[in-house]
Parts: sequence; structure tokens; C-alpha cells
Amino acid sequence: MDIGGPDFIKGMAFLGAGLAMGLGAIGPGVGEGFAAGKACEAIGKRPEEAGLLTRTMLVGQAVSESTGIYSLVIALLLLFVV
Amino acid sequence: MWETISLVTASRFLGAGLAIGFGAIGAALGEGYAAGLANEALSYRPLKSGDVLKNMLVGQAIAESAAIFALVIAILLIFGGGEPEHAILAWPAIGSGLAMGLSAIGSGIGAGLPAGAVCVGIVRQPASANKTLTTMLIGSAVCQTPAIFGMVIAFLLLFLDFSQLPLYPGWATLLGAGLATGIAAIGPGVGNGLTAMEGVTGVARNPGTYNDTNRTMLVGLGIAQSTAIYGFLVSLMLLFQTVEPNSALVASMAPLGAACAAGFGGIGPGMGIGYVGASAVRWVARRPTATATLTRTMLVGMAVTESTAIYALIVALLLLIVV
Repeated sequence: MDIGGPDFIKGMAFLGAGLAMGLGAIGPGVGEGFAAGKACEAIGKRPEEAGLLTRTMLVGQAVSESTGIYSLVIALLLLFVV
Repeated sequence: MWETISLVTASRFLGAGLAIGFGAIGAALGEGYAAGLANEALSYRPLKSGDVLKNMLVGQAIAESAAIFALVIAILLIFGGGEPEHAILAWPAIGSGLAMGLSAIGSGIGAGLPAGAVCVGIVRQPASANKTLTTMLIGSAVCQTPAIFGMVIAFLLLFLDFSQLPLYPGWATLLGAGLATGIAAIGPGVGNGLTAMEGVTGVARNPGTYNDTNRTMLVGLGIAQSTAIYGFLVSLMLLFQTVEPNSALVASMAPLGAACAAGFGGIGPGMGIGYVGASAVRWVARRPTATATLTRTMLVGMAVTESTAIYALIVALLLLIVV
């Protein structure tokens, strides 16, 4: 491979962006899935409370999503800004 | 071959990706678990939604802190570079990314477990909500300690001046310093979370045993930290030892091997000791009269579980000092 200096930086930045978003997607995926599953169980026990339970599920999932958003921000920074 | 500035800058970007990539895993897992248990709690008592939501968010905020440390390290790595003149400076960047990212995995998961338990606990026993919340805050805070070790090593790697270190075997000592604390912090983080979760559930079930349960929980949490401390110790030794230039493979592999020993050696015992603590705390809450017997058995069990971590520490020290 013919690698120059700026080329190497860009290459490693892309690798870093990939690792950041790829690994960063694991946690929110599993965590939000667990929250949604538990919400289904809870609605199964009390269908009349579906509104409250769905709302709580979405709030909890939003907090879990936040770390995924950090990863996305860093990945976009590495792709476009540096 | 490549200019030094390119090499170091590229490594900083890679380190930033590793830091936030690994760091996002644990916190999200823990927070999702807390959200799930919050919904389970609401299925028992929907009218308590205000309290449950509030406590869920408090617990999730503690779990988030590990991911925020990782974000800070990532931003420092991307934007904090100067005009590096030495190729060796590539390795502290990768090491600090790994140290912070990996150590945030365990702490994030671990802090989420008691956050979920507090939601169920408050619904089961609303009258003792304060005690339950206090136990959760104590337990979650101790769970964050391994991530703080990781952050300390990450900061040391970022801000100490390593430019005078020889490239061979300096690259291995710097990378190893990051790996040792990072990997070793995973097990204790999760193990501490298990113990704290049972502490919270125990206090919720039986608020009268608040003192006994908390005391046993703190003893268990303290012992589970030990494997993270071994990793931290090996990292500090790697950072501060004097390094002679030596381009033989053996001289590079020894520090790396020591880091792997201390690092991986902390995963299993950390989780195992945490499980012992969890079971002991669970039964102290149910039978406070048996606290003395339970604590004794817990300590014996933890000591035996610790044994392989001690072997790993010995091997790491042998690799660092004797070989």
C-alpha cells in the first residue's frame, strides 16, 4: 500500500469512527431491547395502564440511547471535522 | 516511514474511537436494565409512577457518569493534540482510550443493576423509600470506582510527558498500562453491581435490617474492588518504571504479558466475588440473626475466589520485575 502522512491520519480516523459507532451500538441495542421486553410484560399484566407503561419505556430508552448518541457524535467528528 | 506527526495524530483518533466505543456499551446496558425494571415496578403499582420515574432517572444518571468520563477522554484525544515530535507519543493515546473505554463497561452495567432494583423496591415498600434510595446511592457510587481508576490512568497517559521514553520497549509499557486497568475493571464493576442490587432489594424487603445489610454490602463491595486495584497497581508500575532501550521482542512482550495477566485475571474473580457478596447480602436481609455466620462464610468464599486473581498478580509482578 502506498501510504502518505495525511492519508494515514484519515485512514485511522475512519477506523476510529467505525469502532466508535460499531462498538457503541451494542449497549443501547441490548439495553433498550430489555426495557421494551419488560414493558411488554408489564402491559401483559395490566393492559389498562398501557399509556403510562409505554411512556416510561420511552423515557428509559431515551436515557439509554444517550450513550449511543455520544458515539455517533464522536464518529461524525472523526469522519468530517478532522 | 510516516511522519511522526501523522502517526501520533492518527493514534489519537483511533484512541478516541476506542474510548467512546467501549465506553458506551456498559452504561447503555445498565440504563436499559433500569428502565425495564421500572416498567415491571409500574405493573405492580401504576399510581407510583412519579416516584418510580424519579428514582429510575437518578440511578440512570449515576450509570451514565462512566460514559461521560469516556466522552471527555475521547474529546480530549481528538482536540487536545499539540505538535508531537516523538513517535512514542502514539502509544499513550491508544492506551488511554483503552483504559477509559474498557473500564467504563463494567461500571456502567454495575451501576444500572441497583438502579433497577430501587424501582421495584420502592413499589414493594413505599414507606421505606428513603432508606432504599440511600442504599442504592451508596452501592452505585462504589460501582463507579473501577471507572474512576480507568479515568485516572487515562489522564496520566494523556498529560504526563513520555517523549523521553525509548520506542522499544516503551510502546509495550504504555499500551500495557492502559490495558491492565481497563480490562481489570470490567469484572469488579459488574460484581459490585450484583452486590449493590441485592443490598437495595434486601433493604426494600426488610427495612429493619438496614444497618446489617448496608454493612455487609460495603464489606462485599470493598473486597470485590481488590482485583481492580491489582490492575491499577500494575498500570502504575508500568507507567513509572524506568525503561532501558531494548529492541528485543522479549523486552516488549514482558510488559504486555504482565498487563494481560493483571487485566484478564481480574474479570472472573471480580464477578465471582460480586456474586458471593450478592448472595450473602440477600440472606442477611432475610435472616439478620444469621449475619455473623453469613459474613464469615462470605469472607471465606471470597478469599478462595480471589486466589486466581492473586496468581495472576504474581505472574504479572514476575514479568515486570524478575524476568
